[in-house]
Amino acid sequence: MVTLNHYLFVSGVLFTLGLTGVMLRRSLIVIFMSLEMMLSAANLSLVAFSRFNLVDGLPNYNGQAFVFFIITVAAAEVAVGLAIIVALFRARQTTNVDDITSMKY
Amino acid sequence: MEVLFYIFSAIMIFLGLGVIVSRNPVTSAMCLVGSFLGLAALFIQLDAFFIGIIQILVYAGAVMVLFLFIIMLLDLKAEEKKSMNYMAFAGGLILALVFMVQLSAVLSNFKAGDVGFTPQQAELTLEKDLPGLPETANAKLKEDKLPDVHLVGRTLFTQYNYPLQVVGVLLLVSTVGVVILSKRKLT
Repeated sequence: MVTLNHYLFVSGVLFTLGLTGVMLRRSLIVIFMSLEMMLSAANLSLVAFSRFNLVDGLPNYNGQAFVFFIITVAAAEVAVGLAIIVALFRARQTTNVDDITSMKY
Repeated sequence: MEVLFYIFSAIMIFLGLGVIVSRNPVTSAMCLVGSFLGLAALFIQLDAFFIGIIQILVYAGAVMVLFLFIIMLLDLKAEEKKSMNYMAFAGGLILALVFMVQLSAVLSNFKAGDVGFTPQQAELTLEKDLPGLPETANAKLKEDKLPDVHLVGRTLFTQYNYPLQVVGVLLLVSTVGVVILSKRKLT
């Protein structure tokens, strides 16, 4: 039987994949995609909690409203982040994080 | 039903793995689209139809098109193999592994999460009409169907009306911000 823990585990695995991508990859675009994966993993656990916490036989819609806000903020964040990446590429001709070290130390 | 959960979870996780292992950024983006489609299927299995459709439209549609557009605009090539910092690589991998082990330990002790999946139709115990829903939605609830979009809309426009408008302002601000950031020279 599929329980809440199954959904939480799948969500945790997706979050770990995103975390691994952020730490191991060197391309800014792929790092950004991994960030989106981590946000989606959080969405999955929120929706699972909402579905398994029935109020009068209906899912708890507070969780789904929260997911709606997360998706909206993520869309705004993607637009701004990609504009920053384009501006950075214009200035440096690279999106590799190893080559962008002017703020190091 | 149970088989579908495992199939879509596997699709989501394997394509998610594809995002972080492929060297070509376009392959990564296409894998992420597939991963998000699997995730949307999981949402729909959880009776969150509205969130599932939004996931497909906003994430797999709009956001990933934006990603592909930027990848092609910057003309990013596949990363060439070069000597990487093995210490940093091992450190990141170990951190991820530790996180995974910790998560499994927490979940195996989480008794409250050991509840089975009950179809919501079986548990619908509403006696009177929900306020703020149209007649058609209340009629659907009586027939043990879930008018998901009506219920999400009711929550957003009553309980979360103020945050909803703040989010609208946020979208406007980010639109203006993107235009400013993309300008070559500010005059």
